[in-house]
Amino acid sequence: MSEGSLIEVEDLHVRFDLFEGLSHVLKGVGITIRNGERIGLVGESGCGKSLLARCILGLLEQRNVRIEGAIRYHGRDLFAMRGSEWRDLRGRRITMIFQDPTTALNPVFTIADQMVEVIQRGGNRKRKREEALDIAREALRRVFIDDPDRVLRSYPFQLSGGMAQRVIITMALANDPELVLADEPGTSLDVTVQEQTLRLMATLTQEAGAAVLLIAHNLGVVREFCERLYVMYGGTIVEEGSVEEIFNEPLHPYTQALFGAVPRLWGGDLPKAIEGMVPDYTQAPEGCRFHPRCPHAKPECKSAPPWVELGKGRGVRCVLFEDAARPVAHA
Amino acid sequence: MIAGAFFGGRGWYKFSRNRLSLFGLFLVISFILMALLAPWITPYPHHAESFIDFANANQPPSAKYMFGTDLIGRDVFSRVLFGYRISLRLSIIVLAIAVPLGVIPGLLAGYYGGWWETITMRIVDVFLAVPSLVMALIVVGLVGSSLTNAMLAIAFFWWPWYTRLLYNITRQLKNEGYVTAAQVVGASHWHILIKEILPNCVPSLLTKMTLDMSFVILVAASLGFLGLGVRAPTPELGSMIAEGANYLPAMWWLPVFAGLGILIAVLGFNLVGDGLRDLLDVEV
Amino acid sequence: MLRRYIIRRSVAALITLFGVSVLIFFLARVMPGDPAMIALGETATLEQVAAYRERLGLNEPVLVQYLVYIESVIHGDLGDSLYTRETVLDDLARTFPATLELILFSTVLMISIGIPLGVLAGRFRDGFIDNFTRVFSLIGVVTPSFVWALFLLLVFAFHLNVLPTMGRLSEGVEPPAFVTGLYLVDSIVAGDWATFRDASAHIVMPGTALAMASIGQTTRMTRANVGESFDKTYIEFARAYGFNEIRTAAVYALRPALIPVLTIMGLDIAIKFGSAFLVETVFSWPGMARYGVRVILFKDLNAIVGTVTIIGFFFIVINLIVDIVVSFIDPRIRLGAQTQ
Repeated sequence: MSEGSLIEVEDLHVRFDLFEGLSHVLKGVGITIRNGERIGLVGESGCGKSLLARCILGLLEQRNVRIEGAIRYHGRDLFAMRGSEWRDLRGRRITMIFQDPTTALNPVFTIADQMVEVIQRGGNRKRKREEALDIAREALRRVFIDDPDRVLRSYPFQLSGGMAQRVIITMALANDPELVLADEPGTSLDVTVQEQTLRLMATLTQEAGAAVLLIAHNLGVVREFCERLYVMYGGTIVEEGSVEEIFNEPLHPYTQALFGAVPRLWGGDLPKAIEGMVPDYTQAPEGCRFHPRCPHAKPECKSAPPWVELGKGRGVRCVLFEDAARPVAHA
Repeated sequence: MIAGAFFGGRGWYKFSRNRLSLFGLFLVISFILMALLAPWITPYPHHAESFIDFANANQPPSAKYMFGTDLIGRDVFSRVLFGYRISLRLSIIVLAIAVPLGVIPGLLAGYYGGWWETITMRIVDVFLAVPSLVMALIVVGLVGSSLTNAMLAIAFFWWPWYTRLLYNITRQLKNEGYVTAAQVVGASHWHILIKEILPNCVPSLLTKMTLDMSFVILVAASLGFLGLGVRAPTPELGSMIAEGANYLPAMWWLPVFAGLGILIAVLGFNLVGDGLRDLLDVEV
Repeated sequence: MLRRYIIRRSVAALITLFGVSVLIFFLARVMPGDPAMIALGETATLEQVAAYRERLGLNEPVLVQYLVYIESVIHGDLGDSLYTRETVLDDLARTFPATLELILFSTVLMISIGIPLGVLAGRFRDGFIDNFTRVFSLIGVVTPSFVWALFLLLVFAFHLNVLPTMGRLSEGVEPPAFVTGLYLVDSIVAGDWATFRDASAHIVMPGTALAMASIGQTTRMTRANVGESFDKTYIEFARAYGFNEIRTAAVYALRPALIPVLTIMGLDIAIKFGSAFLVETVFSWPGMARYGVRVILFKDLNAIVGTVTIIGFFFIVINLIVDIVVSFIDPRIRLGAQTQ
C-alpha cells in the first residue's frame, strides 16, 4: 500500500441480480484516498458514484447484490471486517453527508434526539445525554446557528433545507472522522443555499483535517475545493489527476464532454449537452462503455480500454492515449 | 384501458412473477368454475336441496362421501360446491349494488368539496362506526332471513367504504395537472369527472372489489353461521358450519370441510387482490 | 396546539356519535314491520297492539319519538328488554365487561404478536421469516373467526382436552370481587391465583380466535410500513452512522411506520366487536355480543338499539384514542401550524 493511504479501492465490481438480468454497475473501480486529502468524484447521474460511497461504508446489503474486489481501510480489508469493527468505523471514522438533508433526518424524532444518537457514538466511552447535548450545541454554533437550543428542540419538518443541511454537516463532523463521504450535498437545495453549505462543509472539514470524498455535479465547487479528481463513467474511472491538470487539459473524451456541458460565464460557446444516455447496466456496451456516445469512437473501443498512466498521478482509460507519453487528441 | 395494460404483457408478466398471486388466481378460477359447474360436477347434485337419507346420515368422510354426510344424510362435498354458488351470487350482487352506491357520492364529495363533502363524509363516518356485520345482522334479524334480505342488508352497509376510497382519490386527483388543464380549457365538470377522474380510480376500485369479494363472502358466511342468512334447505357454508358446530366433536367434518371451503374462496380473492395492489401500486 | 387538536377531534367524535344514534333509531323504526307487532308476537289482539303503541309513544311523529328517546338515553334509560324483562342498561352493564375483557385480551395479542412479527418481516424482507410471516398472517386474515374458534375447539378442547369449551369460569368457581369486571384483572387484584388460572384457561381460545384476523392484519401493515421505512434515507443514515441494529429497527424504523398501523389497529379493534358476535356464540361467552345475537333473534328493539349504541360509542372512543396517540407520535400533526 502507498504511504498514508486511508482508503484504497481496488478493482471493485458490483453486480445486481435483477429481473432483467445481471446489472454490472461498478466495473473495476479503483481509487485511493490519502489522509486529509480532498477528492472530487464527478460524472453524470447514474454512473455509480453514490454506489461507490455506499460500498466504502458497507451499506449494500441487498440480497441480490454481488460485490467483488477489495476495499482497504488503512490496509485492512473491509470485506473481512466483523460487525463490531464496522460499528467502530461508521459514524466515527467514516461519516457520510447525504444528498437531501430533509430526508436523511427521521421525521418523528427531534434534532436533539438524532444528534445525541450520533454524538454518543463518538469518544472513548459512551457520553451521557447532557454531555452529548453540550457538544451538539457547541457544534451547531460552529455552523453559524445562533440559537442551537431552538434547532435542537425542532423536528426536521420545522427546519429549512439549508438549516437541515447544516445539522447534517454538524453530525458528520461531530466525532472527528478521518473521512467524510459527501454525496452531492445539498443538490436538492436552491443554488445559493447549496453554495453556502458546500463552502461551510469545505471550511469545516479543512479545519478538522478530515479527508473528503466529494461527489458533485457542481464542477465549480470541485475546482475550488478539491485537490484531486476522479471522473467516472458507466461504473468505471475514466480519468484521474490533480484538479488543476484535469481542468486545464481534460483528456478523456467523456471528461471533455462533461466539461463542455457545464455553462461558463464567458467563452462564447453555449454548453453542449452530451449526446445519448448513461447505459442500461444490464446491457452495457462492450469494452469502453462510453464508445456509443464518443465522437472519437474506433473499432478498438469494443474491447476493454487500457488504463494509461501518464505520471504524477495522472491517468486515463482510453485507447486514444495507448501509445502516447503525452496526449495529442483534441478534437 | 386497465385490462389492456394488464393483459398487454408487462402487467401479466409482473403479476405472474408473484407465485402467491398466481396461486390466488388459480384458487379464484377454481372457485368460480366449481360454483358454475356444481350441478354437473358434484356426485349428488340432488343433495343440494331438501333430500333425506337417514340411512346414510352422519357418515364421516369416505370414498363414497368425500367430505362425509350431514345430519340427514346429504353429501357435504356436493353441498359445499352448491354453497359456492350462493356465495358467488351473493358477493357479486352485493358489490353490484354497493359499488355504484358508494362511488357516486364519493366522487362528488371529493370533487366539489364544501357542504356536500362535509355531509357525505360525516354520514360515512356514522355508517363505519358500527361493524357492517352487526348492522347486517340487525336488518336481517328484523326483516327476516332470506338470500335477498341478506344481500340487501350487506350492500346497504358496504357502500361507505367505496365512498371513502373514491373521496380520497378524487381529492388527490383534483389537483393533478391534467385535471386543472381540463378545467382551464373549459371542460364541463361532468366531463372531468367521467373522463379524467373516474378512469384513474379504476385500479383502486378493481383492487378493492377483488379484496371485498372475500370479505363479503366472510360476512355472508357469518350471517349464515348465526342462522340469519339463507334459509334451509339451501346449502350455505356458514349454516353448514353451524350445523356441525352443534355436534362437536362428533361431526367434525362439517365445520372442517365447510370451513376450508370458505377459506379457499376467501384466500383466493385476497391473494389476487394483494397481487393487484402491488401490481397497480394503489392504496385501498 | 395539542389541546386544540384533541378538542377538535372530540367534537367530531360527538357528532359521529349523534349520527350513530339517529341511524340506529330510524333503522329500528323505519324497518318494515310494526315494532309493537314484533314485540307482542303475531297472536296479539288489535287492542293489545294499540295499547302497546300508546305506551311506547309509537303514535307520535318519528321526530318526537327520537327526541323522547334521546332524552331518556341522556337520563341513562335505554328502556326495557323484551328478552330478559330487565332494563337494557342493566343487561348491558352485566354483559359488557365480559366482551371488553375478550376484546382487550385479543388486542394485547394483536399488538404483542403482530408488531414484532411485522418489524422482523419488514427488516428481513424476502427472508425466511418474511415468507413465514406472510403465510401466517394471510391465513389469519382469510379464516373467519368462527372457523378459528371451531378449529381451536376441536384441537385443544376435544382432541387434546387441555382447555375448557365454554364460559368465563369453570362451574363452581366464584367470580373475583368486582373491581373492573375483567376477571383476569380482578383476580390479580384479589390475589386469587386459582381463579386467575381458571379465567386464563377460559379466555385463551375465544381471545385467540378473535385475535387471529387482527394479528394478521397488524403484521401485514407493520411489515409493509416498516419495510417502506427501511427504504428511506433516514434508515440508511442510521446505518451509515452505525446506530445499533435493533434500535434502528425497533425505534428508528418502527416509529414513523406506526402511524398508519395504529389507524388500522383502531379500525380492527372496532371490527372485533362484530366478530365477537360469532366467537361469543361459539364459546357461550356471557358477553354483550352474545346478548346482541339473542336480542336480534328475539327482535327486541330496545336491547338492539342499546347494544349498537354501545358498540358505536366504543368505536368512536377507540378511534379518538388512536388519533390522540398518533398525534403524539407524529409531530407534524401535533405542531401542525408551525411548519416553516
